[in-house]
Amino acid sequence: MIDYPLLAFSAFSTIAILGSLMVIFKKNPVASAFALVAVFFSFAGLYALMSAHLVAALQILVYTGAIMVLFVFVIMLLNQDRPVEDFKSSSGIFKLLSGIAVSGFVFALVKVALLARSLTPRGDMTEEKISELGGNVKAIAESLFSDHVLQFEITSFLILAAIVATIALAKRKAHSGRGHS
Amino acid sequence: MSSLEPMMMFIKIGIVLAGLLATVPIMLFVERRGSALMQNRLGPNRMGPFGLFQAACDVIKFIFKEDRAPGHVNKFYYTIAPWVAVIPAFMTFAVIPFAGSLTLDGTTTHFQIANLDVGVLYCFSIASLGVYGIIMAGWASNNHYSLLGSLRSSAQMISYELTLGLSLVGLMMVFQSVKLGDIVFEQGETLFTLGAIAVPKWGIFIQPVGFLLFLVSVFAETNRLPFDLPEGESELIAGYHLEYGSMRFALFMMAEFINMAVASALITTLFFGGWQLLPFFSVLVSHVQSLGLIPDPNLVEVIFQGLSFIIKVAFWMWFFVWVRWTLPRFRFDQLMNLGWKVLFPVGLLNVLVTGFLIYKGVL
Amino acid sequence: MLAIRKPGFLNRLYLIEIIRGLWITMKNFLFHKKVTLQFPEQRRDYSNRYRGQHYIKAVNGVENCTACMLCPTVCPAECIHIVAGEREDKEKYPVKFEIDSLRCCFCGMCEEACPKDAIKLSNIYEMSQQTRTVYEKDFLLEQRGNK
Repeated sequence: MIDYPLLAFSAFSTIAILGSLMVIFKKNPVASAFALVAVFFSFAGLYALMSAHLVAALQILVYTGAIMVLFVFVIMLLNQDRPVEDFKSSSGIFKLLSGIAVSGFVFALVKVALLARSLTPRGDMTEEKISELGGNVKAIAESLFSDHVLQFEITSFLILAAIVATIALAKRKAHSGRGHS
Repeated sequence: MSSLEPMMMFIKIGIVLAGLLATVPIMLFVERRGSALMQNRLGPNRMGPFGLFQAACDVIKFIFKEDRAPGHVNKFYYTIAPWVAVIPAFMTFAVIPFAGSLTLDGTTTHFQIANLDVGVLYCFSIASLGVYGIIMAGWASNNHYSLLGSLRSSAQMISYELTLGLSLVGLMMVFQSVKLGDIVFEQGETLFTLGAIAVPKWGIFIQPVGFLLFLVSVFAETNRLPFDLPEGESELIAGYHLEYGSMRFALFMMAEFINMAVASALITTLFFGGWQLLPFFSVLVSHVQSLGLIPDPNLVEVIFQGLSFIIKVAFWMWFFVWVRWTLPRFRFDQLMNLGWKVLFPVGLLNVLVTGFLIYKGVL
Repeated sequence: MLAIRKPGFLNRLYLIEIIRGLWITMKNFLFHKKVTLQFPEQRRDYSNRYRGQHYIKAVNGVENCTACMLCPTVCPAECIHIVAGEREDKEKYPVKFEIDSLRCCFCGMCEEACPKDAIKLSNIYEMSQQTRTVYEKDFLLEQRGNK
C-alpha cells in the first residue's frame, strides 16, 4: 500500500525547496517569479495536506492568483535590460566560508523553529472540532468575526490607510511629472 | 467503506473527464457552425451530416501537424505554458456537483468528485492559476504582440477576479455556505408560488444583480468576447498564442473551451439550481419511472438530474458563442473602467443590500 | 448644429440594448437567408462579357489563327508569344502560341484586335494551377465554354 499523503508531502516539499532555490539562483527576474509561483502552489498543497483547505485556497487565491500576477505584470512592464553582474570575483575560501555560514544559519533556524513550536501552546482546534463547527470556513469566520473582530477591523483600517497613502503618493508624482493629469 | 465506493469514484472521475474532453470537439463544431450561421454564412458542412465530423478532422490536423517552435523562444516555458493553461481548467471541475445522490447497495454516492468545505473558493483559486499559462506563453514567445497580450491578460484577470468573488458574497450570505453541494441542494426549495407555478429558490431569483456581475466577470475571466483583449485578433494578431502552432495551440484552445465549460457549470450551479430538475422534467421522471424500463427509480432521477445539468450548461456555453457575435470588443480603458468603477462598487452595494435584507429577514 | 443627446440611465446601463442585440443576433441565426454559395455545386452567374480563361477558336479542328501578330502587338502586358509557320497549303499558321498567364491582365485587347475571331476570352474563372503558368497552344486549342 502506497502512503499517498507521504508521497504528496515529498512531492510538494521537493518542489517548494527546488523552487525556492530557483527563485534565488535564476538570473532572469520573470523566471524567478515563475519559480516563486511554483513555491506558493506547493505551499498550498502542503496546507491542504494538513487539511487546512481554506488556508490552501486563500494561499493560491491571494498569493498565487493576485499578488504574483501583479509581480509578474510589474516585472514585465518594467522590462529592465540591465546586464546581470557576475559574482565570480570572490575567492574560493570566501565561497566555502559563506556556504558554511549559510548552512549553519539554516540549521539554527530550523532548531529555533522546533524550539518555538514546543514552547508555544497548541490551539484547541482539532480536526474533529473543526468538522463539529461546520468546516474550515465556518470555524475561521466565526472566530474572526466574533472573538477577534477588533483586530480584524484594525487590520482592515490599516490596509485602507495604506491604500489611501499609495494613491496620494501616486497622484502627487503624476502631478509634478506631467504638469497636469 | 464498501467495495462500491472506489468504483463509483472512478466512474465519477471518468464521467467528468470524458464529459470535459467531449466538450472540446462539440464546442469546436458549435462555435464554427454557430458563428457562421449568425453571420448568415453556412460554415463547415462538408464532413459528415451537417459537418459534424469537421471537429474530428480539425483534431486530426492538429495532431499530425509538425510541432515546431520558433528559434527565438524560451524553450522551457514555451513548452510548459500550454499545460499550465490547460491543467487548472480541468482541475476546477472537481468540486462541481453534476447530479444528485444515488444509493446502490446501501452506498450513497454524491455525484461530485470532492465536496471540499471551501467549495467555490477552490474553484476561484484554481481558476486564477490558469492565467499563468497565458502569461508564460506571452513572455516565453519573445514577441511584442504576445507580451502585450499576456500583460493585458494579467491586468484583466486581477481586476475582474475581485468582482467575480464579490458577486458571490451575497449568494453565500443567503445560502450560508460556500460548499457547492449545499448551495445546489438549497436551490431545490421553493421561493414562492405564483398560482400554479412554483418559483424555485434559484440563485438568479435571489441575487439578480450578483448574477449579472458574475456573468460579466466570468466573460472577462475566460477571455471571451467582448473581453478577449489578450488575443484581440485585429490588434495583437493572436496575442499570447501567436507563436504557437499544432497541438500546442490546440491545448490553448482546449483550455479556453474547458474554461468556458467550467464557467457555464458554475453559473448553472450557483444561479440556476445546478442539477435540480428543469421545470417540466419532474413530470417526465415520474412517467419514465412508471414505465419501469430502468428498475431503480433513484437511478432514473439521477439520470434526469444529470441531463438537466447538461442542458443548463449547454445553454450557457451557447450563450458564450451568442454574445461573441453580438458585442464588439471593449477598448482596454473601457474594460478597466467597467471593472473598477462600475462592477466593483455595484458588487459592494449588492453585498450591503443583501446584508440589510437578511437582517430584516426578507431573504 | 450639433445636437448632443444625453442618454438616460437605462440607456447607459446598456442591459436592454444588449438584450436587443442578442435578439438581432438570434434573428440572423434562425431566420435570415444564408448567403453562402455552395461552390462546386452552385455557381454564380457571370456576364457574357466576363473575360476569363483564354482559348483559340477552331473550326473543324483547324485553328482560326493566321499568326498575323496583331494580338502580341496590341497586348499591353506583352504576354503573347507567337512563332509563325507555313502549312502545306501555303497558309500561315502559329507553330507556337503561348500566353504567359502570370503577365496577362485580362484586358481583352487581343480579342478586340483579332481579325479572324481566333483568340477569345471565355467565361471560365477557375484558373488556379500548381505549376504551369504559360498556356501552350494545345492547351489553348481545347474548346471550353465557347461564347
